[in-house]
Amino acid sequence: MSREHELKAPVSYTPVAIGLHWLVALLIFFAWPMGVYMHDLPLSPQKLQYYAWHKWAGVTVFLLAILRLAWRTSHPAPALPEAMPRWQRQAATGLHHLLYLLILVIPLSGWLMSSAKGFQTVWFGLVPLPDLVGKDKELGELLEEVHEALNFTLLGIVGVHVAAAIKHHLVDRDDVLSRMLPFLRRREN
Amino acid sequence: MRARRLLPLALLGLALPAAAVEYGKVLPEKSQITFTSRQMGVPVSGKFGRFAAQVAFDPARPEAGKATIEIELASIDAGSAEADEEVVGKNWFQTKAFPSARFVSTSVKPLGGGRYEVRGPLTLRGHTQDVTAPFAFKTDGQLAVLDGTFVLKRLDFGVGQGAWGDTDTVANEVQVGFRFVVAPASPGGAK
Repeated sequence: MSREHELKAPVSYTPVAIGLHWLVALLIFFAWPMGVYMHDLPLSPQKLQYYAWHKWAGVTVFLLAILRLAWRTSHPAPALPEAMPRWQRQAATGLHHLLYLLILVIPLSGWLMSSAKGFQTVWFGLVPLPDLVGKDKELGELLEEVHEALNFTLLGIVGVHVAAAIKHHLVDRDDVLSRMLPFLRRREN
Repeated sequence: MRARRLLPLALLGLALPAAAVEYGKVLPEKSQITFTSRQMGVPVSGKFGRFAAQVAFDPARPEAGKATIEIELASIDAGSAEADEEVVGKNWFQTKAFPSARFVSTSVKPLGGGRYEVRGPLTLRGHTQDVTAPFAFKTDGQLAVLDGTFVLKRLDFGVGQGAWGDTDTVANEVQVGFRFVVAPASPGGAK
């Protein structure tokens, strides 16, 4: 089990990048099933609360995604293991880009859908977001489809993301997962 | 013909804003009754599609003004199909037992600057309470526009029973807005 790193590439993500990654993951693990669950509930105070929480989480994901991108531009990701085949590196880069895109576009589609359905989004019940589109039944239904399709795309890609991380850790036995979970770093040397 | 007959009256109206024109014929298609509730801090607007309004108002004698408004509660547009269905049910308006809301004015007083205040009992869902609503009076050609709002506390009228009594989710205060466009009472406008 040998690990080779390029001289200047960092070994791990910065604590800030790690924190933001897991915060976004946590919010998605909360908001995603909530979205599926709340949708078919009969109208009740709980349903209104779930919708509000779902939207607050979504807006937070959106803001954290921007923060992550800003951080990423000044703090490059650690290099991938040299042993990784080229196609895997390309796939990893492509999927990471897609994940960033989705965590921006999914909240955006939800925000627009909400406006089109006539419900403004008010972050934590305190910060009203402007309605970028007016109330429009057809647009609302279209955006609902878009929001749903994007979310199932996210589900699939996160599945691959998690499977790849586990495969790196257990099969390749490299440090790809431990870059994001430092306590998993193998003790050696 | 008609326009020619009305023109001098309109000019008179401009010269003497307090001319004794009694407005008394509400134009329902130009009038509206709206409301805004807050759900988890989100303002949600709606309106009532059908209501009968009798308004008599003469800016020269505001104290003599009168209004009787009857709202068909089932005609509500509460912002979404599922809300429309819910609010006519037993936890909200219970329209089977209480199909309409009714307001009858008991007094109108001038506040100055084209503003007035109407007061009277509102009956909703079997509860009757006095409400006070300031409104503005404006003329628009031959027509009068009465535009006002007031805050209604829904729980005072038992609107939102059971779990819906939780005002952290749906606020107790509902902003009610009205706009009545009223034509002169008698053809020709003057009395």
